[in-house]
Amino acid sequence: MIFEVVQGVLLLGIVATAFKALNNKDLLVGTIFLAAMSLLLSAEFYLLQAPDVAIAEAAIGAGLSTAIFVMAIKKTKRWEDEKGN
Amino acid sequence: MNKGMAPRESEGMTPIIKTVALALAVPITVFGLYIIAHGHLTPGGGFPGGAVIATLVALFLIAFGKDIGARALNKKMFSGLETVGLVGFALLAFLGLGSSFFNNFLANSPGLFGMAIPFGPNPGFMWTAGTIPLMNLAIGLEVFAALSLIIILFFTEGEDK
Repeated sequence: MIFEVVQGVLLLGIVATAFKALNNKDLLVGTIFLAAMSLLLSAEFYLLQAPDVAIAEAAIGAGLSTAIFVMAIKKTKRWEDEKGN
Repeated sequence: MNKGMAPRESEGMTPIIKTVALALAVPITVFGLYIIAHGHLTPGGGFPGGAVIATLVALFLIAFGKDIGARALNKKMFSGLETVGLVGFALLAFLGLGSSFFNNFLANSPGLFGMAIPFGPNPGFMWTAGTIPLMNLAIGLEVFAALSLIIILFFTEGEDK
């Protein structure tokens, strides 16, 4: 029972953070939400007994890709404009 | 300066972030090396371990900025490390050609990592598995150097806005 509850909370968190990452005008905030989604996804992988994938997801998803996105935002611009680009 | 961005990129970020980055340097490196070294016993291995250590390079570049980062992190050195990792991996694979490509010629031998695995459930022993730990080390070196090189090039090249 407790396993299902924890998994449900994790999955709802993944959906919520993914929605916030997409639906945000501030791209830096979106990047941080993407990192949070990656972290929750890594916890979900660990619960589903795939610790190898969990380690890779935590290192690549939450660590490296966040850094690369932050660098890309520094080199372009931080705010999405009204036209959506 | 645009809305709410950090101070100028060449100076890096605030002293808080710099201190935290320095404090995290040893734990991240040790954890990455642990993942690489225990690749044949526990989840992980060369790729996740190398990626974990490469995040340290990204953290340092973001925290300390372009000037210090570009001076301290030499692109040629990372390129050389990448070559060493790839050549080491291929060499280990070719050394097994006595019977077949990728043959594990070190397992159950008196040489490096040559301990025979005891029968039955056991906690796992470091000195086993022959060429696999060495290949994990080569892959870890390669992944660390390649990802660091990508991050450094991404950060130092091009115009800033």
